[in-house]
Amino acid sequence: MSQAALRIQKISGHAGSVAGEDTQRQDQVCKLVDTTTCIGCKACEVACVEWNDMPFSQTTFDNTYQTMPDTRWNYWNLILFNEHEREDGSLQWLMRKHQCMHCAEPGCLEACPADGAIVQYSNGVVDFQQQNCIGCGYCITGCPFNIPKFNSVTKRVYKCSLCTDRVSEGLEPACIKSCPTGCLHFGTKDDMKDLAEKRAKQLRDNYGFVNAGVYDPPGVGGTGVIYVLHDATRPEIYGGLPSNPSVPLTVKLWKHPLKWIGNLAMVGGLIGLFVHFLKYGPKGRDEEDIARPGGEKV
Amino acid sequence: MSPNDQQAGTPAHPERLTLHHHVLRYNFHERLTHWIAAGSYIYLLATGLAFWSPWLYWMAIVLGGGQISRMLHPWVGLIFVGAVLYMYSLWSRQMRFAPVDKAWWHSLHYYITNQDEKMPPAGRYNAGQKMLFWSFFWCALVLLATGLVLWFTDSLPWSLRWLRYASVILHPIAALVTIANFMIHIYMGVFAERGAFGSVIRGDVSMAFAKRYHPGWYEEIVGSSEPPK
Repeated sequence: MSQAALRIQKISGHAGSVAGEDTQRQDQVCKLVDTTTCIGCKACEVACVEWNDMPFSQTTFDNTYQTMPDTRWNYWNLILFNEHEREDGSLQWLMRKHQCMHCAEPGCLEACPADGAIVQYSNGVVDFQQQNCIGCGYCITGCPFNIPKFNSVTKRVYKCSLCTDRVSEGLEPACIKSCPTGCLHFGTKDDMKDLAEKRAKQLRDNYGFVNAGVYDPPGVGGTGVIYVLHDATRPEIYGGLPSNPSVPLTVKLWKHPLKWIGNLAMVGGLIGLFVHFLKYGPKGRDEEDIARPGGEKV
Repeated sequence: MSPNDQQAGTPAHPERLTLHHHVLRYNFHERLTHWIAAGSYIYLLATGLAFWSPWLYWMAIVLGGGQISRMLHPWVGLIFVGAVLYMYSLWSRQMRFAPVDKAWWHSLHYYITNQDEKMPPAGRYNAGQKMLFWSFFWCALVLLATGLVLWFTDSLPWSLRWLRYASVILHPIAALVTIANFMIHIYMGVFAERGAFGSVIRGDVSMAFAKRYHPGWYEEIVGSSEPPK
């Protein structure tokens, strides 16, 4: 894919500094998904498959409008349909566009051991570079949104690229382009946040959704996809959107304290053994012939 | 018949005595199993360290690339665990802790400072070797269980993701424990105890080695604390 204009600010599994870190003035890009105006037409799903030239795969009918149970390596964008029963017994039909959230602090990138398999561009887009992917699946563990999907033939992992090829040329992502209701917006993070907050206020003040709000979870440093929700206090009802997502604790422990404790212990152990040998030498040196066949004296 | 009833010069296990006043310490099965475990462990160590730190990722490149290392690491892991399980069948009875082991452990400082004559008489395996064996054995089981989760990460449903979360931290912790074992094992076997490395290649050690490091075992073989004529 063409990322001609974009520099890379974070690289997975990379030793040393990153050439593109803080070297380019770029707005952080952001998708805004207004779940209150989504009609579930799935034009964005089709546009994603079309633009990214992905091979078709079988859909699943499970008595809802949902195309399949989950995203796939070749299906990056899925509308989740949820029938939610409110306390007063009335029904609410919730539709949420589910795709990579493009976290500012991506768990996939943090967990990845392969140099350059996951990168974050200076505009905030998180992109997989499959030629560097080793297929270990650590990104699947690192992601709090269940996004990276494994292709068992290529043994690599795939996900939404936020149409990097389009965005780097100044175009909006394919899903945004195809939305007929204007529920999807694309722009800078600041602009999208403003717009989202305005819409949430409108929902609170004029439409009786007292808990309406914006989903931009701080646990992953904020996301490059933000939602307007009718009820921002319960994101789980929108097909399991986590209320306070973060990089899994064990991934953080493994990548930070354990790594440094382990490295210090390994290097310290080597030095310790060497110093021990310098001080005490081999055992049994008073019996020089001990290891010589036939020559030992006890 | 206790070993002490034996006359000096009539060994209890003459079949273990080899030429030039040597005694067989590891038979062919034991040596082969050791080297299958050792070879597979070194490969696992190199590729595992490559995935552990970006600073060591070059080791995966040297060994054929990241994808190849990712593909082979689990299979070689199965070989390693297989060798460890076979070692269990060979040695688990001899590795049981005996009363002398507690005394040996309390005298560890003499062992570390090479005052081996002050050590309580160890049997075929001293307390440290037993600890190493059990540590490797349990770590191998943890590495197998967590390794299977990491191998088939993509097949686990989202509802079982806690298995992935547990595995990504337990796999490196168990590996680090084996690395500590491995470093001490190499140091003792190659550098500190002369004759130990040869014993796992050729199989035998000198009488002096047996008597110095494993007096209990020496008596068991020779039938006396005195060397045979």
